[in-house]
Amino acid sequence: MTSHISATAFDPWHAINDHQQQSGLDSQFGATATFIGSMRDFNDNTDVSQMVLEHYPEMTSRYLDKLELEARERWPLLDCLIIHRVGEINPADPIVLIACWSAHRRAALDACSWLIEELKHRAPFWKKETRQDGERWLEHNTDGS
Amino acid sequence: MSIQVKFFASLRDKIGISDTTVDSATTAGEAWDIATDKAERPVNVLVAINLDYAQFDSPINDGDEVAFFPPVTGG
Repeated sequence: MTSHISATAFDPWHAINDHQQQSGLDSQFGATATFIGSMRDFNDNTDVSQMVLEHYPEMTSRYLDKLELEARERWPLLDCLIIHRVGEINPADPIVLIACWSAHRRAALDACSWLIEELKHRAPFWKKETRQDGERWLEHNTDGS
Repeated sequence: MSIQVKFFASLRDKIGISDTTVDSATTAGEAWDIATDKAERPVNVLVAINLDYAQFDSPINDGDEVAFFPPVTGG
């Protein structure tokens, strides 16, 4: 179980592969569920050229660890990986990766879905967008639909 | 008594303070009032005490860290 914050761009597919190689899961898992959130170049019908992601470092680390522990209590996960970007982000850059490994698909899928919703609603990150008309803090997240 | 008070994101920009220290406060709400000179509190402000979500009427103690921030928008 690993969670960390990255101040630089990361490749989620390499991260998944590296984690899987290093985690010692061998062939125990039958399911890997992933969610990758990336930066769109538009929001509210307006072009967005860049984004800055701020966070509350000590609380963020603690909260991501707490989410992973709770997911593991709720579902029979073999492993879990969360990576979240901070700092300057460009369109198409990955922002968040969640990967869950389990013996069977339902646990991995449900845990992955639960983790991204919990993270989006509670983890202390804030996005500021750069648009043609200036910078703007996002006031709320999308509703997940 | 020393309470560290932090503000984040749009709330920091609005209040104009990143972090400060207050000498006496018994609740998070009192810490807000002292740190901001009783600035009006936006309705959606969230509070954390020692890195856990809390309420404005939650008690605070010497050495605590109180943070105020807007709704989160990560992920």
